[in-house]
Formats: sequence, C-alpha cells, structure tokens
Amino acid sequence: MTLTANAAPPRGAAITARGLSKSFHGTTVLHPTDLHVPAGEILVLLGPSGCGKTTLLRLIAGLERPDGPDMLRFDGEDVSGVPLERRNVGMVFQSYALFPNMTVAENVAYGLKVRGMPAAERRAEAARLLALVGLDEHAGKRITAISGGQRQRCALARALAIKPRVLLLDEPLAALDAVLRERLRAEIGLLLREFGITAVYVTHDQAEAMAIGDRIAVMQAGRIAQIDRPEVIYHRPASDFVADFVGTMNRLAGPVREGRLILDGGETRADLPADGPDREATLCFRPEAARLCEGADEGAIRARITATTFFGATQRLLVEVAGQDLRLDLPSGLAFGPGQLAAFTIEGRALLEFPRTA
Amino acid sequence: MGRRWTTWTGIGLTALLVLFLTLPVLLSIVAGLSVNYARGLSNGLTLTWVLQVWELYADTILRSLIVAAATLALTLLIGVPGAYALVRRGGRTARLVEEVVTLPVAIPGLALVLGLIITYGGFGTFRQSTLFIAVGHVLFTLPFMLRAVMAVLETIDWRVLDEGAASLGAPAWRRFVDVILPNIREGILAGSLTVVTLSVGEFNLTWMTHTPTTKTLPVGLADAYASMRLEIASAYTLVFLVMIVPPLVGLQMVAGPRRERLGP
Repeated sequence: MTLTANAAPPRGAAITARGLSKSFHGTTVLHPTDLHVPAGEILVLLGPSGCGKTTLLRLIAGLERPDGPDMLRFDGEDVSGVPLERRNVGMVFQSYALFPNMTVAENVAYGLKVRGMPAAERRAEAARLLALVGLDEHAGKRITAISGGQRQRCALARALAIKPRVLLLDEPLAALDAVLRERLRAEIGLLLREFGITAVYVTHDQAEAMAIGDRIAVMQAGRIAQIDRPEVIYHRPASDFVADFVGTMNRLAGPVREGRLILDGGETRADLPADGPDREATLCFRPEAARLCEGADEGAIRARITATTFFGATQRLLVEVAGQDLRLDLPSGLAFGPGQLAAFTIEGRALLEFPRTA
Repeated sequence: MGRRWTTWTGIGLTALLVLFLTLPVLLSIVAGLSVNYARGLSNGLTLTWVLQVWELYADTILRSLIVAAATLALTLLIGVPGAYALVRRGGRTARLVEEVVTLPVAIPGLALVLGLIITYGGFGTFRQSTLFIAVGHVLFTLPFMLRAVMAVLETIDWRVLDEGAASLGAPAWRRFVDVILPNIREGILAGSLTVVTLSVGEFNLTWMTHTPTTKTLPVGLADAYASMRLEIASAYTLVFLVMIVPPLVGLQMVAGPRRERLGP
C-alpha cells in the first residue's frame, strides 16, 4: 500500500453492530445493541455518565471485548476478536494520550513509523497533517510546550495520519475551556466532513452533539434510547428521557377531558389541545414554542411571571401556571416584570406527549 | 542587617552535625595517607599504603564493580518489566507479589544467605562463583528497583499512553519500549542509583556468600581491618570512597534534570 499526499479523501468503513453487548463481572453495561453507521457518517453517542456510551466506543475500538463472537463488523468483516492494534482505528482520547517523550511531529508520525514507512516519507506526511490542523509552526515542539487546544488538534492529526478505517473520539473537547470548546467543535465537525471518514464521537454535551453529529444516538442505562438526525432528536424526542437530556423541556400535567387539557388556577389558566380519550396526561413543549397572544383567546395559557433572564436576542421567562413552573423563551424587546400576567399559546404540532413512565 | 539569632543557631547546629558525621571520614583519609598515624602528621604524608592496598586488594575492587554491574543488569531486566506488570495487573495479587519481593529487605541478610547456601550450596561451581554473590545482591536490591519504577508509573497515565500507542498500531513490546520506558526514565535512574550504591557497599550477604577467591571490596575491608595495620585499612577506605563517590555524583547528574510532566 502506498500513501500519497493530497490523495482523494479516504472513505471510512461502515460499522455494523449486531446484538453487541458487554458485561463486567455480571453487571451489564451495554445491553444487546443493533447499530449501523454507514461509511463516512459522523455518529455522536450522547448520554449522561454511566449510560454505556464510552463502553460502546471502546468496544468499537477494540479496547474491550464484546460478550460474544461476531457482534461487530467493519465493512462486513468480523472484527469482534481483533485487538485494537490490528483494527486500524484512529482514536482521540479525552486526555489526548500524546507521548511526552516525542515532539509534536514525532507524535503524528508514530503510527506511520510503526507501519514501517521510511523516515522521509513519514516526515512529509506528518507535516501535511500538521498543516491541515494548523500546527505546522509547532512541529518541533515538545508536547508540554503547546496549549490544550493545540494538543487536541495534535491528537486528531495523529489519529488521522494512519488513514484509519474508523475514527473514534472520546470526549475530545471535555478538557478544554468553554470558549475554546465552542470554536474547536465547529472546526472538528468541518475537518471530519472534509476527510469523509466514518467517525464515532462520544460526548455528554448536547450542544456539541448537535453541532457535530450527522446522527445522534442518545443513550440511557446501557441502551440506545433514540438514534436519529439532530433535528429529529430535538423536535421529536422518542421518550421523556431524550426530551430532557437534549435541550430544555416544559411539562404540564393534568386531566384531559374531551380532547383538551385544562388547568385552572384562578388567575392563571392553561388550555391545550390533547387528542385521544379522557385521561391524566403530561404535555411537553420547548421554551421557544411559546407565542404571545391575548389572554381571552381559546387555547391560551395565562401565566404569572416569577423571574426574567436576559439572554441577548431572547429572554427567558420563568412562569407559573396553576402551580406548575414553565420556562419560556421570547424576543428580548418585550418588557416583562415579575408579578405580571402573560398570555401565550403553543402550536399543536409543538406539543408532545410521552407514554407515562411512573 | 544581621540575620535573626535562630538562623545563626540553625547554621551552627547544622555545621556541628555535618562535622560530627564527616570527621571520621576525614580522619580515615588522613590516616590512610600518613606515614605513621600514631605519631601524627609530623612524619609526613605518603601514598605507600594506598599502593599497597592496590597490590593486595585490586581484585576485590574489580569484583565489587562486576558484582554491582551484574546486579544492576539483573534488577533492570527483572525489575523494570516486573514493576510495569505489577502496576498493570494491580489488585491483591500484585500487592502480594510486591510484599513477597520486599521480604528479603526485612529478613536479616545472614538468614537470607543461609537459605541460599542450603538450597544451592550443592552446585559447587555456582556456589563458588561471583554470580552467586550477585544473586544475593539481586534478592536484596530488587525491591528498591521495583519500588522506584512503580512510584514513577503511578504518576504517569501509563494506561492511556499504552492505549494511545496501541490505537496507532504498535504491538505490546513496542508500546513498552517506545512509550512507557522513556516516560519512566527517572524512576529507572533513581532505582539504578540505589541498586549500585547498595551493591557496592553490601557486607552482610556478601560476607556469607563469598569464598576466598571471590571477595568484594567491603569483605576485603573487613579483612584489612582485622589483619593489617591501621594505615592500610584506612587507605582502603580512601580507595573505596574514590571509587564510590564519582559514579554516585555521575548518576545523580544524569537523573538530575527533572523533566516536565504533561498537565491534565
């Protein structure tokens, strides 16, 4: 195999998991999971700590062995028993795992050195990748002499240098401060798309997931709760858990009678459309789904404002309706104050209802 | 402005303490260089005794160096990969192994050697060889190498370094050589320093394991103290110092420049 500079972008392998599961000492951390990541897709694994996202990533990497045979394939080839060093996957670790005994360029070239590429060639290849991530000026520096953001990009260049079949990123931005994190997540998203590589990206930060993922798999207690495009995850969450984990979600609970949920708290009042039989229901909606209206309108919510927070383009109102708290995002031009009454509506298609869990 | 009286007292006490510790060494050196110590320095200085020591004991000096080198080689070979294996393994088994390996430090050297002789005394060639002494030294110094290397391993994120190298396609031995070893260099040097120092000065074990043809320097010293005139024994001490101090300083200098650690 020859590796040439400026070759056509390599396309990664498709990842297929079938009943992929993992237990440690009798505790199941990943329940049998089916997953297909087409070549070139960026899949984000999103969830709270302990949800199994890191285990799933480590299984794909080969850092953990699945519970059974033939549970994981790259482009149809069974890799379940292939150890990490022979799986040809690129990894970017949360702590970067850069080698302090080597320079930036030596780190990037290490994978090529292991593969027996001649020194001159691998130096050229490392230089090309360092230029790509904007680190060419730092090639000769020690790892300890560059900043956190530069280390992160060095780790990415090192992982890409080996032309991996799959790129795996384990919370790669978690160690950086907020400003740098926001800038780098845009850069990483662009870079990964430019490379056209299959990538699996683990994070607990939903903003990062939205910005980077072609699809997002929200994980909960060792299972994939929902896997879909970011906008579907946001607007059509499949469960209470997903709705809560991605973005902010309001809840109004009450009795549904003749197709409407009506709450009456005297001055404050809610009236929302709810299809189906009479029942106790919880209706959910996003803060930005609220639209101001006249208090007397049918289907209006009359709420008392408890606090307002200025966000710049928008403001967030904390309001109370019949004893239940809601958060509403409205344009910041409108003047509201605590204690006032406000009336708003929610469009029917922005209202969600999940099967009762408890 | 004068310093506070506490500072002066501190300096004074330290000076006294240093003098108390170094005076015997200095007097030994003077004794080894004086024509006749009993009559003081008035009779003048001479190198006669030093040369005589060299004629009588050159072989013990050489043997001490060989034993130290062999001990160092063996502790490096066993200790460094051993320490990594123990840290990787972790848990109760690793602690148990560490305790067992450390045991020879607590057991009196004489008892340890008795065990060695009872077990291997029958293997004449081995029993009478310099290697037998080195084996005793390895038993006694290995825990120091292990501890030094393990201590540094605890401070580096070896698991992530190892996984990082593995993800780049490096097989296990390469990961150890390319990524783990260079990052535990300090611990290996510190361990080596301790091992060489202990080995060169070791008397207990060696006194039991040596044969008339395999004396090391400290055993020769005891011999000289017991049977030679005071000036020769003192000159021997001088030779010992000249031998042990430069390598110690050298090793300290190699281990000296502390390398920066990678931040979080």
